[in-house]
Amino acid sequence: MQFTRSTRRLRASPLAETYPFPVQFYEHPPTDNISLQDFENFAVERLKLLKSVETIGVSYIKASESYNKKLESELRKLKFPYRVSSGEKLDDYEMRRKDHISHFILRLAYCQSEELRRWFIQQELDVFRFRFNELQDKQQEFLQHNKLEYQTIGEEEKELQKKNLADSGGYGSIKISEWLFYKVYFTDVLELVRARKVFLKDGFVYIPHPEIAVIVLNEFRQRLSKSLALASRALPVVQSDERLQPLLNNLSHAYVGQDYSIQKNVGKISLEQIDGLAAKSYAPCMRQLHKALRDNHHLRHGGRMQYGLFLKGIGLTLDQALQFWKSEFIRGKVDPDKFDKLYSYNIRHSFGKEGKRVDYTPFSCMKIIMSNAPGQGDYHGCPFRHSDLELLKQKLQSYKIPPAGISQILDLVKGMHYQLACQKYFELSHNAEEVGFSLNHPNQYFIESQKLLNGSRDIKKESSQPENQQRNQGSQSTRGTSACVSKPTSQAESADMEGLEELLSDVYTE
Amino acid sequence: MASSDNPYDAAELPDLLPIYYRRLFPYSQYYRWLNYGGVPEKYFQNREFSFTLKDDIYVRYLSFNNQNELEKEMQKVVPYKIDIGAVYSNKPSQHNSVKSGSFHAESKELVFDIDMTDYDDVRTCCSSADICCKCWTLMTIAIKILDRALGEDFGFRHRLWVYSGRRGVHCWVCDKNARNLSQAARSAVAEYLSVVKGGTDAIKKVHLTNPIHPSIRQAITVIDSYFEDYAVNEQDIFESKETWQKVLALVPDDILSLELTTSGKSVGNLCNGGIFFNSDAQFREGLQTDFVKVRNSAERWKSLQCTLNTIHLEEIKLQYCYPRLDVNVSKGINHLLKSPFSVHPKTGRISVPIDVKNLETFDPFSVPTISSLCRELDRKTKEEQENTHTENGEGLEVKRRIRDYKKTSLLGPVKIFEQFIEKMEQSQKGQLLEQSDRGGDF
Repeated sequence: MQFTRSTRRLRASPLAETYPFPVQFYEHPPTDNISLQDFENFAVERLKLLKSVETIGVSYIKASESYNKKLESELRKLKFPYRVSSGEKLDDYEMRRKDHISHFILRLAYCQSEELRRWFIQQELDVFRFRFNELQDKQQEFLQHNKLEYQTIGEEEKELQKKNLADSGGYGSIKISEWLFYKVYFTDVLELVRARKVFLKDGFVYIPHPEIAVIVLNEFRQRLSKSLALASRALPVVQSDERLQPLLNNLSHAYVGQDYSIQKNVGKISLEQIDGLAAKSYAPCMRQLHKALRDNHHLRHGGRMQYGLFLKGIGLTLDQALQFWKSEFIRGKVDPDKFDKLYSYNIRHSFGKEGKRVDYTPFSCMKIIMSNAPGQGDYHGCPFRHSDLELLKQKLQSYKIPPAGISQILDLVKGMHYQLACQKYFELSHNAEEVGFSLNHPNQYFIESQKLLNGSRDIKKESSQPENQQRNQGSQSTRGTSACVSKPTSQAESADMEGLEELLSDVYTE
Repeated sequence: MASSDNPYDAAELPDLLPIYYRRLFPYSQYYRWLNYGGVPEKYFQNREFSFTLKDDIYVRYLSFNNQNELEKEMQKVVPYKIDIGAVYSNKPSQHNSVKSGSFHAESKELVFDIDMTDYDDVRTCCSSADICCKCWTLMTIAIKILDRALGEDFGFRHRLWVYSGRRGVHCWVCDKNARNLSQAARSAVAEYLSVVKGGTDAIKKVHLTNPIHPSIRQAITVIDSYFEDYAVNEQDIFESKETWQKVLALVPDDILSLELTTSGKSVGNLCNGGIFFNSDAQFREGLQTDFVKVRNSAERWKSLQCTLNTIHLEEIKLQYCYPRLDVNVSKGINHLLKSPFSVHPKTGRISVPIDVKNLETFDPFSVPTISSLCRELDRKTKEEQENTHTENGEGLEVKRRIRDYKKTSLLGPVKIFEQFIEKMEQSQKGQLLEQSDRGGDF
């Protein structure tokens, strides 16, 4: 008697009912309770997934074999559902639940601006496409379950239009006789209309079953777009809750990985080295800021923040930083006293020596690209994102990048892949075949560059450490009572994390 | 053909426009059109108009509460040009008082603009702003092809074609579906309808897929009925080495291998002898020699037809005749387009609706000009005054305005416009009935 298997299935049945497929339209928000740990972990893991999806999407042609293989392994690694398995286990349903919940958390974070929405929709669409294709012969069932019934055409009409159908899509007549054809209003399948790849009659596009995915994808995109728009309208209410706001901001600006607040190289760099380092190992954003500072003997606030924190990240001590900025500003006719009054306070503040005494972390690429766009007279931001294409081209030429490389970079920029463009710049300027890391932080750029130029001596990979520490801090505070920041100089404490912890503990001590 | 009895002089505009706007412009039909039966509410009130005044002063974001306001303003301001824009979320005239970000374009007819200058590389008779009866055929072809596609492929029922006043035509698709299309959808429709692609740097602008899409096949059928007369005879595209080189330039470079693989025809299958060729260059030379030998355009065309594969011939025909539209005009919801019945300041011609059922009879050089209309009006009024007694003084002014355009050549175009509007009103009524039926109203 085989009890065990059936009992496991029985236990799984409530979840099995809610999640009959490994893919869904996310129509209804989750209503159950989850632990704080899960809340944070789910969101972070989905973010990791979506970022991988983005990278994979640029490195491989979408829907190609290698693309699918990479995406599958990523989904498996991060424990997200993607396939209907023959004997569905509890784990499968757990994954689907995580998928459901994490999607909705990220919605809140990514509905906030047009750019965030676009990014979110694009990655979710790619995941959905992969999963929908994996459904294979379960696709009809899935569509029925989701009440997506598309109008089909009858045999007589198919016979009548046979030649037209064959000529529009380049299908053979045998296939046409076999296939089910749907009639969909043309606004639902604009890409097919635009390319004139389908037969159009009276405003309706005739689509064979194998191409139904296009319509379904459009449906998914439209629904998600609408939902995000609604979410953003409701956001002020959500944001008025001070506990959720920092968490959401962090998610949307977070890059999942190192934050470079731990410097193993504190004091290892001397001020004289900086000009040389700027030319060799700075990412273009910092190189641009450094040059502007040297040229104008001044930088505005945005530039001082971005560059100043970067310098801290590469190992400058507070005293070195003060000396660095002061000497430069004095050359710009700023009174030494004025400097002490106006600027030094801010520098000390950013090192955590004043006011809240929070040790601010250097900006990640995501943060630089997404927030605080530069205006006239500013030199901060990301050149790949914020510079005019022509100016960027000139800049790259002045950095002695070969023309072929420049066009590769510009292509990536046009596709809005700013970090990949910077990665390409790294490859070209260091004469490296492949970068070997996924660029998401200017300090990471610096470290990797130094590694390459000096042979990786001292800088060991710290990627696992700070993350774990962050996680542990998080979980410790949930168990404990107050999570107020009691160790301002603790290296694991960052401005971002502080808010998160306070929030998380607040929510659950009620 | 030429309006030599009624020559138009732009300097007369300041004197003629007031007469036109006071006595000839068909305000009530115009309002009926743009009001769309008052559904949805405020559709007319939220519509943007723009006027270009004397000395090129351009005023945007004009809007009017009703027909009377529009009339009064046009008569007061006497615009040289009138453009119609989108229907916005609020009254355009109040756009500054609306919360920023909130004022946006919501709806507009789907429009197309075919301009003769876009055909300069394939016209031999005229260039730039000039048109003649020879090249006007291109517009006839364009209207036929696009009108069929918009109607049969896209299911749009209410299409108004208007002469732009100088060198092209506009199409206003007024179906509700069309007016509510997103920018992406408009762009997709325009791309679907585009076949001739590429700027000055692209010599060969048409690349067809095999098999040919049914919509293109329909277009080719239309072009075929005109091609010999228009291209071979009137435009004389095979007239001289200079002109036929342009045609031959459209033959793909690797013609030899293409011909062999796609048709299985033996190469060098020229009608004047079974000569064989070993290379693309030889093949082209062979054609050239043949052309020179033959001495007449019709024969050259025949020769080409014997040699080339069908698909390459179609590509040539399409490049010379298929409608060239500006995707950007169609894409933007807030794009402003010249209004029907406005005057073209350079030619004096009125932007009149075109009767699509009688395309062959449309002659751009017989389109009334503002000066000819005013002269007609003058003549008629004098006649009337001589013949009839004035009845009660008040009614006469109103009666005069209502009947004035009917005394002139504007009658025909206004009738076409009315038919268009009536058809739309019928359809609107039908839709309302459907809705109330569904709602179970008795």
